[in-house]
Amino acid sequence: MAATLSTPSSREAKHAQPARPRGLFRRKAGEHDKAGPITYVLLGVAALVSLFPLYWTFVAASNTGERVALSPPPMVPGGELWNNISVAWDQADMGTALLNSTIVAGCVSLSTVLFSTLAGFAFAKLRFRGRNALLTLVVATMTIPPQLSVIPLYRIITDLEWSGHLQSVILPSLVAAFGVFFMRQFLSEALPFELIEAARVDGANSMRVIWHVVFPIARPAMAVLGMLVFVQSWNDFFWPFVALNAQNPTVQVALSGLGGGSGHDINQAVIMTGALVGTLPLLLIFAVLGKHIVGGITSGAVKS
Amino acid sequence: MATHVRAEAPPAARSSWRSRLYRFDLKASPYAFIAPFFLCFAAFGLFPLIWTGWLSLHYVDLLKPDVMEWKGFGNYTRLWSNDQFWTALRNTFTIGVISTVPQLLMALGLAHLLNYRMRGRGFFRVAILAPYATSIAAATLVFVQLFNPDYGFINWALDVVGIHPNWYSETWPSQIAISTIVTWRWTGYNALIYLAAMQAVPKDLYEAASLDGASRWQQFTRITIPSIRPTIMFTIIVSTIGATQLFGEPMLFGGGVGVSGGSAHQFQTLSLYMYELGWPSRQLGRASAVAWTMLLILLLIGLAQYLITRYRNRNELGG
Repeated sequence: MAATLSTPSSREAKHAQPARPRGLFRRKAGEHDKAGPITYVLLGVAALVSLFPLYWTFVAASNTGERVALSPPPMVPGGELWNNISVAWDQADMGTALLNSTIVAGCVSLSTVLFSTLAGFAFAKLRFRGRNALLTLVVATMTIPPQLSVIPLYRIITDLEWSGHLQSVILPSLVAAFGVFFMRQFLSEALPFELIEAARVDGANSMRVIWHVVFPIARPAMAVLGMLVFVQSWNDFFWPFVALNAQNPTVQVALSGLGGGSGHDINQAVIMTGALVGTLPLLLIFAVLGKHIVGGITSGAVKS
Repeated sequence: MATHVRAEAPPAARSSWRSRLYRFDLKASPYAFIAPFFLCFAAFGLFPLIWTGWLSLHYVDLLKPDVMEWKGFGNYTRLWSNDQFWTALRNTFTIGVISTVPQLLMALGLAHLLNYRMRGRGFFRVAILAPYATSIAAATLVFVQLFNPDYGFINWALDVVGIHPNWYSETWPSQIAISTIVTWRWTGYNALIYLAAMQAVPKDLYEAASLDGASRWQQFTRITIPSIRPTIMFTIIVSTIGATQLFGEPMLFGGGVGVSGGSAHQFQTLSLYMYELGWPSRQLGRASAVAWTMLLILLLIGLAQYLITRYRNRNELGG
């Protein structure tokens, strides 16, 4: 997982060889793959563009609505943050929304990780009839847009009277093709056949193999997958928007209610506060675990 | 697995029962492990997909879903002659192109830069990934403010060059604004995927090339790009699928008139059009026809991509 973070050592070898610097990328011979000033400037701009909207969300959320709707726009944080939070809390029921999103994203990521690990293990290490065809099918299902199932699903949850209840958004997301593929990629490399065979020789049945061999080895990948699914589920919009309502919303549904108009009578600062409060939990996760998430994204997609 | 032998033979009487159980476990457990995925897909993916196809051949009211009136392909022919459908299809295509192409090109460039040895690499990587943590809803609401024609940050900054596009009412500016949201959220994610692929390219290829006098640009186009082509294909496919189903950004960007995608449908996507037909207009049959049209378009794109790859591979093999 951490492979992407430990590459400098593998690149030292390149250090000594003669380089032919040219044009924009001119730098001293022997510093072939060392970043020059232009690289820092360009990456600095990219980081600024990435972070500025987030900074500005905080600025807008801490100013008054009148100030946000004035040109030139505010550039420094004001002192209205707590006031705006309490308004947004009442107006969009942010408390319920945060709790609901935590429940939904928690259940979805737990079950996705569990089922994806089982299926990923089977596809990576077990022999059975139709394995390759079924794996292709798993990957193919990733291309089907959710729009093709919303109408019947809406019908089903209305019939079951689940509309507006959390199970309507949890159940359809219990396992994801992306997760199965992700775990399969990881386990094909990380889990040696010998280990499974040794456990089999000791008389372990499949459940024991899963519990004592697969889970311990898959744990780092399961953690990364759990974070990725949590982010995805937290940010999911289309289906929750159809299935839930303003009385029992997830964060995204609550935000869509806040942004329901762009007239001047609406307090723009409160909308920005909602966006801030709804994003903050994920930004905190990123601040703490960002490196692992970066490693997880980079390890999942390349080996296809 | 197949050649496995039991270490010690248990007593004969119980062994047949136990070994039968054991063999059953070996045979059945793979299917048990993959069953949750396929059950979930069958119930919440395949079955609804077919049902949507069936609904698309009927007239169905959202409030009276049990009353179905057979229409044959009527919903589809009606789409064919409907201007709003073609507008939505065109918008989906143009927004898709202006959100995907610059996004992937910038991601490629960023990945190349991130691949240098430098100070603060961890910071840069997490920083460009930060937008990925932002939801569609939050990002769109923030960009609605930034793009506000009267007091938004972007028009204030553009004042320097003296242009004041109206990012809602004009067709191209509104589509560019929506594409900006998509690009902002996904560029960093794709850059990291490219970066991982670039790091897997053997270093001696570059050394050999640079000894042969290849410039950095030549190394980038002749070594890096061909080496990571599978990854580039992967991101193109994923982005194309994402672009086809764009919903939240145009919906929330439109504010009060969200579902119609602007007063003249100037930024209504297919997905949004489907929602407008199905929920506000309550015509589930027509909405289903739009959904199936989306699937057909995706299949066509997939087929085209497959044919292009095959054609190219054959050309390369043939020299």
